[in-house]
Amino acid sequence: MTDEPIIGETTRIEVKKSKENTKRRLISVILICAMWEIYGRWLNSPLLFPSLSETIVALVNKIGSGELISAGWHSIATLTKGYLLGVGLAFVATTLAMSSRFARELLETLTAMFNPLPAIALLPLSLIWFGLGEGSIIFVIVHSVLWAVALNMNSGFRSVSPTWRMIGQNYGLSLIRFVYLILLPGAFPSILAGLKVGWAFAWRTLIAAEFVFGVSSGSGGLGWFIYNERNQLEIPNVFAGLVTIMLFGVIFEYGLFRTIENRTVRRWGMQMDDR
Amino acid sequence: MIISDQAPLLQLRNVNLSYDTHQGRVQATDKISFDIFLKERFVLIGPSGCGKSSLLKAVAGFIHPSEGSIKLKGEEIKGPGPDRMMVFQEFDQLLPWKTVVENVMFPLVATRRFEKSEAHHRAMACLSKVQLAKYADNYCHTLSGGMKQRVAIARGMTMEPDILLMDEPFAALDAMTRESMQDELLALCKEMNFAVMFVTHSISEAVKIGTRILMLSANPGRVKGVVLTNSATGSEATDLVHEIGQSLFGNAGGRCD
Repeated sequence: MTDEPIIGETTRIEVKKSKENTKRRLISVILICAMWEIYGRWLNSPLLFPSLSETIVALVNKIGSGELISAGWHSIATLTKGYLLGVGLAFVATTLAMSSRFARELLETLTAMFNPLPAIALLPLSLIWFGLGEGSIIFVIVHSVLWAVALNMNSGFRSVSPTWRMIGQNYGLSLIRFVYLILLPGAFPSILAGLKVGWAFAWRTLIAAEFVFGVSSGSGGLGWFIYNERNQLEIPNVFAGLVTIMLFGVIFEYGLFRTIENRTVRRWGMQMDDR
Repeated sequence: MIISDQAPLLQLRNVNLSYDTHQGRVQATDKISFDIFLKERFVLIGPSGCGKSSLLKAVAGFIHPSEGSIKLKGEEIKGPGPDRMMVFQEFDQLLPWKTVVENVMFPLVATRRFEKSEAHHRAMACLSKVQLAKYADNYCHTLSGGMKQRVAIARGMTMEPDILLMDEPFAALDAMTRESMQDELLALCKEMNFAVMFVTHSISEAVKIGTRILMLSANPGRVKGVVLTNSATGSEATDLVHEIGQSLFGNAGGRCD
């Protein structure tokens, strides 16, 4: 019968598939770790390329001493402020862009102009405008997040199915409610992609900015930690810093973005599952 | 069936629709006039390019006539509104981020006509009418095409509009599902107190669904004639299908793609 929904079976298959997937991912991680360890031992030069075990020892030490924790916390705090501000501005700008053709073209021009401009190129200016401190870093993070997210959000809004638009108009929704009730959920797959890209951009910008000047209000972030340890030629500690950034990346990807994805676009059947 | 002493629900007078292309302005319809009365099932039929879907969209308020007037209950139509609910052909007309019942509730809540609990109550009542109450909490992508169209019809009815606008709602369904959906729609219409404006390119569907059929010719769309079906069934219906096919295309074909 064509009239029977197919949910039960698909869910079971999906669960099985995702278990297999996790297994495959774990195997690849273990393989990479093994190669790292073997190469590190073979090279036997912790100053150039410490092995995995040396990195783990450094990581544990630096976590134990609290340095990595305070640096990590510092980075995350700055990052979150800049990221949320950037996403918020992108949302306001894209909503305004929906109100008229002129506003949309303005946003598209601005995005085309500023999106390719590396955030770090603005840092010297930012230092003059906002001084030596968190404000400058937040400014460059906002710059790196805003345009990437706005670009995705805008193209997402524009590709929302014309039928859904007509439905929104049919019910006589105001612009704000139209954006909130139709465009935002309708464009959610590309908005989510934009949020992920923005998150990655924010990290890159943050670490680069901290290399240029890391210490603000007494403590530095992960970029500053890496820079400092390199100056002291504590390369295993440098690796520990890099691994920390990667761990944050994995935690946010699987802990946050995947969870959002599973509860929204996957559940709604708006994202084809490649698993 | 025509109740002439009653004021028309919907009134079109000399409606010209046109749209702009790269080659310039193209006229879709030429001076279309007709009336639709309450409880009527008014079917527009004609070949591609006769402007039947454009006429429906103009009544919905999505496009504006370049000339002529469209009046609902004596008032000029200025834009889209929930007094004219639209059912589309596409299966993606349901919002995938909402469950079945949330989709049906959506117009009630979005127009702030009812509180959430009252809207839920009404939506469930409409879903029972289309036999989908037990799927109320499913997300729409788990439904079959026929079920999706039934949800869309339920969503249209729950608003109790003046007129339900249907743009080839069954065209993308397989033949068997289409038959049963047509029967279901007819049963629903008997209970309802509104008019239906139905666009199709299938003559047999027009005869089955409609109480009155408006035939259009193409390029640009002009009124070719109006047929009363008098709920014809059996051989009467077959004759009617033949007759409409003759006057539209000069052949006896049941379809006119």
